[in-house]
Amino acid sequence: MSGDIAQIVAAALTVITAATPLLLAATGELVTEKSGVLNLGVEGMMLVGAIAGFATAITTGSSTLGIAAGVAAGAGMALIFAVLTLTFLANQVATGLALTIFGTGLSALIGSGYVGIAVKPLPRLAIPVLSELPLVGPILFGQDVLIYTSFLLLAAVAYFLYRTHAGLVLRSIGDSHEAAHAIGYRVIGVRYLATIFGGAMSGLGGAYMSLAYSPSWSEGMTAGRGWIALALVVFATWRPARLLAGAYLFGGINILQLYIQAWGWEIPSQFLTMLPYLATVLVLVLISRDQTRIRLNAPACLGKPFYAAG
Amino acid sequence: MLRSRRTFTKMLGGTAAAAAVLGRPFIVRAADPFKAGFIYVGPVADFGWTHQHDTARKAMEEAIGTDKVKTTYVESVKEGPDAERVIRELATAGHGIIFTTSFGFMNPTLKVAKDFPAVKFEHATGYKRTENVATYNIRFYEGRYIQGVIAGKMSKSGTIGYIGSVPIPEVVMGMNAVAQGMRSVRPDGKIKIVWINGWYDPGKESDATKALIDQGCDIICQHTDSGSPLQVAQERGMHGFGQASDMISIAPKAQLTSSIDNWGPYYIDRVKAAMDGSWKSQDVWGGLKADMLKMAPYTNMDDDVKAAAQAAEDGVKSGQIIIFKGPIKDQNGTLQVKDGEALDDGKIAGMNWLAEGIEGKLPS
Repeated sequence: MSGDIAQIVAAALTVITAATPLLLAATGELVTEKSGVLNLGVEGMMLVGAIAGFATAITTGSSTLGIAAGVAAGAGMALIFAVLTLTFLANQVATGLALTIFGTGLSALIGSGYVGIAVKPLPRLAIPVLSELPLVGPILFGQDVLIYTSFLLLAAVAYFLYRTHAGLVLRSIGDSHEAAHAIGYRVIGVRYLATIFGGAMSGLGGAYMSLAYSPSWSEGMTAGRGWIALALVVFATWRPARLLAGAYLFGGINILQLYIQAWGWEIPSQFLTMLPYLATVLVLVLISRDQTRIRLNAPACLGKPFYAAG
Repeated sequence: MLRSRRTFTKMLGGTAAAAAVLGRPFIVRAADPFKAGFIYVGPVADFGWTHQHDTARKAMEEAIGTDKVKTTYVESVKEGPDAERVIRELATAGHGIIFTTSFGFMNPTLKVAKDFPAVKFEHATGYKRTENVATYNIRFYEGRYIQGVIAGKMSKSGTIGYIGSVPIPEVVMGMNAVAQGMRSVRPDGKIKIVWINGWYDPGKESDATKALIDQGCDIICQHTDSGSPLQVAQERGMHGFGQASDMISIAPKAQLTSSIDNWGPYYIDRVKAAMDGSWKSQDVWGGLKADMLKMAPYTNMDDDVKAAAQAAEDGVKSGQIIIFKGPIKDQNGTLQVKDGEALDDGKIAGMNWLAEGIEGKLPS
C-alpha cells in the first residue's frame, strides 16, 4: 500500500512539471487576448525563450540569468508582433503564424551550436520541515522555483484583471476599443504592454522547458505545447481559475497515460494520447451551449485591428 | 519544417540571398563535380538519427574530396507527398545519387526513380527495390542485445524500462533483442514498456522515463531520439543507453553505452560506385561486423560488466552469438522460435510479437 502511495506522489510530481510550461504560456496569452490581441505566435516565442534561456545559462553559468534572458527574448518576439500588428495594422492571425515559423527557424539557427550540451537543472526549493511532511511534503514544498512562480503569476494576473482599475481598463479595451478610446484610454499603448507581457510569459514557459523540464536544447523541443497553451485559453473561456484547472487537466492526462502503460492496464496508448484533445472538444461543446457565459468572458474585440481616426 | 523547404525551393529559383541571411547552407552548388543529394526527415541538429546521417554525408565528402563530389541536403522533409516533390527537385537539379533516409520516403522514392532511370536512389530502412533503387539499413538490434546484457548484469531490481516510439517491427525487434540479451545473463529479468507514439518529444520522453523509474525500473532503454531520458536517469541516479549517437556529453554519469549509427563507410562505397559506374541495386543490412553499427565506450559500470559487454560485442561480431536463436517464447508463452532454429532476416524484419519477459502490450 505504501508503494502505491509513493507512486501516486511520484505521478503527481511529474504532472506538476508537465503542466507548468502550459500554465505559464497560457497565463501570458490570456492577458494578451483580454486586451483584444490574438497572438498565435506562442509556440515560436516559447522556442526562442527556450534557446535564449539555455544559451545564456550555458554561457554565464547562471540559471537566473538564463530565465531572465528567456523572458526578455519572449518579450522581444512579442514586440516584433506588436509593431507589425498594432502600429502597422498587419493581420494578427497571419502575423502570429509567421511569428511561430520565424521563431522555430530562429531558435534552430541560434541553437545549432548548443545541441547535446547539458545544463544543471534548476535547484529544487526545499522548505525546511514542510518538504519533509509525508505525502504532501514533496508535492507542495519540494518543487523548483518556477513552479511556485507560475502560481503566483496566475494569482497576480487574476487580481490585476478583476480587482484593479488598470485591469478594468485592459478588459474594456479588449471588449470595445472604440469606446475605451473615446473615453481617452490609450488603446495601442495598453495593447503593446499586454502583448509584450504575453511574450515574456511564453519566453518564461520556454525557458522552463529548456532549463527545468528537460534541461537541454534540441530543435523544436516545445513539441506543440505553444498550441496547447492557445487552446487552453479558449478552453478556460478566458477565466484564470479555469486556466489553472485546464493546464493541470491537460498535463495530468498526458502523464497519466504514461503511468497507465507502465502499470500494465490494457488501454491502447494511442487512445490515451488522444484524451486531452478529446477533453478539450468536449468541454468546448459543453461551454458553447451557454452562449451568454462565453460572451461575458470572451473579449469582443479579439483580433480586430484598431485605428484611431483623428 | 516549412522554412527549410521554402528556402530550398527559393534557392533553386536563384534567390540565394535567403540562405545567406539564414546562414545555413541548405544546398551547395557546383558545376563539375559529381552531385549527391540527401533527404532527411528531421533537423540535422537532432543529436540522433538525422545528425548521424549528416555526419556520414560530411565524412563521405571529406573522403572522396570536395573537388570530386558535391553534396546537397534538405532537412526536415515530411514523409508523404511532400517528399516526392523534394526528391524530384533534387533529381531534376542533376544529382547522380540520392539518399532518402527515412522509412516513409519509400513510395515517393520509387515514384521519382521510375521517371529518372539514370539517377541512382538509395532508400534507408525500406524493403522495396528496383533497378535503380537500392535499400540499406543497420542491424540496430545487435547493439540492443549488448544493452540487454549490460542491463541484466547491472539492474538491482531486475526490472528495466523501455521507451517505445511507434510499434513497428524495427522497434519490436529492438525490444526483443534487449530481452534476449538480458535473459541470457538473468533469466528472470523483466522489461516494462511505455509507448510515446512518436520519435521525438523531449518533454514526453522525460515524463515516460519518470513513469518507468517510479515503477521500479532502474535501467532505461530508449527507441526515441532525444537525450532527455538519459538526463532524467542521471538526475534520479539511474542509468540508460544513448540512441543513434554518443550522448555521453549530456549524461556523463548515466550513459552505459550507446548504439552509434555509422553510415559513413556505406555512403563512401556507394557514391564511389555511382561515380565509376559499378553501382548496382542491392539490399545491405549491416551491423557490428560491417562497422555500420558501433558501440560507444562502456562507461559507468564495473569491470566484470564491461567484460561481459565486450564479450557479447565480440560474439555478435564473430557470429558466435546468434541473437534470435530458439527456443524463444513470446509473452503469451507461445513458442515463436523453435529450439535450435535461428530466425532468418525476413522473419526478423517482420517481427510482430513481444518476447517473454516483456510487460506491456503491443498496440495493434
